[in-house]
Amino acid sequence: MNTKTLIYILKRLLLAILTVWVVITVTFFVMHAVPGGPFLGEKAISEQALAALEAKYGLDKPLLEQYGTYLGDIVTKFDFGPSLKHRGRTVLDIILDGLKTSAKLGLIAAFAALAVGVVLGSVAALRRNKLIDRIIMVITTAFVSMPSFIMGTILLLLFAVLWPIFPANGETAAGLVMPIITLALYPTAYITRLTRSSMLDVLGQDYIRTAKAKGVSGAKIIFGHALKNSLIPVITYFGPMLAYIVTGSLVVERIFGVKGLGEAFVTSITNRDYPLIMGTTIILAALIVIMNLVSDILYKVVDPRINLD
Amino acid sequence: MKKNPFSLHIDVDSFLPASNEEKEYMVQMRPSSTFFRDGLKRLMKNKVAVISFIIIVILTLTCIILPFFWPYSYEQMLGMGKYGKMDPSYNNLAPFQYGATELQRIENGEKIFPHIFGTDSHGRDYLIRIVYGMRVSLAVGLFASIIVLIIGVIVGSVSGYVGGAVDIVIMRIVDIIYSLPDMLMVILLASVLKLTLGNALVGTVFEKIGGNILSLFIVFALLYWVSMARLIRGQILSLREQEYVLSATASGAKSGWIIKKHLIPNCISVIIISTALQIPSAIFTESYLSFLGLGVNAPMPSLGSLASDALNGVSSYPYRLFIPAVVISLIVLSLNLFGDGLRDAFDPKING
Repeated sequence: MNTKTLIYILKRLLLAILTVWVVITVTFFVMHAVPGGPFLGEKAISEQALAALEAKYGLDKPLLEQYGTYLGDIVTKFDFGPSLKHRGRTVLDIILDGLKTSAKLGLIAAFAALAVGVVLGSVAALRRNKLIDRIIMVITTAFVSMPSFIMGTILLLLFAVLWPIFPANGETAAGLVMPIITLALYPTAYITRLTRSSMLDVLGQDYIRTAKAKGVSGAKIIFGHALKNSLIPVITYFGPMLAYIVTGSLVVERIFGVKGLGEAFVTSITNRDYPLIMGTTIILAALIVIMNLVSDILYKVVDPRINLD
Repeated sequence: MKKNPFSLHIDVDSFLPASNEEKEYMVQMRPSSTFFRDGLKRLMKNKVAVISFIIIVILTLTCIILPFFWPYSYEQMLGMGKYGKMDPSYNNLAPFQYGATELQRIENGEKIFPHIFGTDSHGRDYLIRIVYGMRVSLAVGLFASIIVLIIGVIVGSVSGYVGGAVDIVIMRIVDIIYSLPDMLMVILLASVLKLTLGNALVGTVFEKIGGNILSLFIVFALLYWVSMARLIRGQILSLREQEYVLSATASGAKSGWIIKKHLIPNCISVIIISTALQIPSAIFTESYLSFLGLGVNAPMPSLGSLASDALNGVSSYPYRLFIPAVVISLIVLSLNLFGDGLRDAFDPKING
């Protein structure tokens, strides 16, 4: 690693921190711009009770001071404050609880998508324009154009209603199969297409021809040269894929009734649980920003030809 | 005539009238093709793109024309009598079934327009709701893309053409917005704007389709212009180094004129292609929000909210989920394929 790479990584790191700060600031001020405050809309509250509640949660202080405290607590203590609707629980507790389930689903889906997508894409590229390639391309095109909630509901329709193999509710282990498949379908289709096109690109390169001319065996060419080099674009897709899986999980958890982070986010919005809305937004956004950062850096490290600008 | 190679005499042969054979050689066989016509020809050869385009046109015409002569409206509860009494026989009708009073009228010899897709749990004709849902989706997709187009083109061309400090500041802002998780921001802003706007929208167009759609537009205007701006900036950066721009500057043309007359027309294919691909992504976002219950307001349907509503009765009425699912996939798929076709036909980089 040379200085240029280091400078690049530092620059990206700064941008990532700046982005997370922008998210925190935007979320904070947007949430506090809502008229009425978090305690209205419930049953009628007396003036004194309202004042007491606001004093308890620090809502009576000037806005900038609240912002300073909020930001300071996050940076120094990683504390997102108490939840307003779940009495006695902190926002961080609720988020970590949801994150356990969501991360399990997301990671399984991500790695399944990676494995299946790379294999299918390589098969399609090596059998270019044959029947199997055509079939793979048609199916993946359909999957790429289908919103995740459509795929989820169709799966639910097929395998829980018409032909009940799996439970429709995602609370048991068997119930997690369909959410994982739903989450994985789009990335799988995308990775398949990505691998196919980059594999075709690599197979046309001079060094593959040289290897063939030298008499290197087919398997060695594919695994030693072609696959390794055609995986570079797939690595760059890792960050966006995670972002997709995180946002996709909002819907998937809703369809299958999984108690994950996405479900917590959507319920917090309908409940008007402001600290929870802010906390979930910030943590989800930070996760996505970090994953994008990692995949970008990985990309530059893996492929030394990339121009570091 | 004998010819001396060093003679200064004019060669008389050069001045003979041209023979018919020579004239034929000069005749223009066909008019020269323009860039646009070339692209159109390539597009027409692409069967997938043409079929997608036909599907889009049919769907668009259907959702514009059909509501005018359809006997039912999207919010009319058919079982609702004059005095606010509900006739439950109209709720959850299967396709081509009729409610109790309708059956009576058929026996009396009247003709009743069939409920082709049946009715929903509130006794509303399902087909017209699907058509209205399509209307909402397509309109949102189109308007959101136009907003993105206008902002992206203006910011991108200014940033690329002016350069210097302005360019650096704009590009850093673009970098930050680009790395924001868009769907989260959409949901956050949609949920907040719904509360903030409240009654401010009564009496406007947005009262019916809902403040959420307005917030969707605001979010598109705030966040989604960045990729368009980046694209345009890149194009402008390479275009402004071209000789014809230099020549225009030398003849005293002003910046606005150069951007308008030279740079934008040369970016037009890139602009069209990315706008075409923006529409399905906007439709996608809208249906996603509606599915989560953050989209259109209650009586107005959208494909996403129809699918979400159908989820509750999925075991008894699976077709009610299936129809909006198929329609939305069809719209997004054909728009995507048509956009790909446009790119293949009009992108000068691919055609060399």
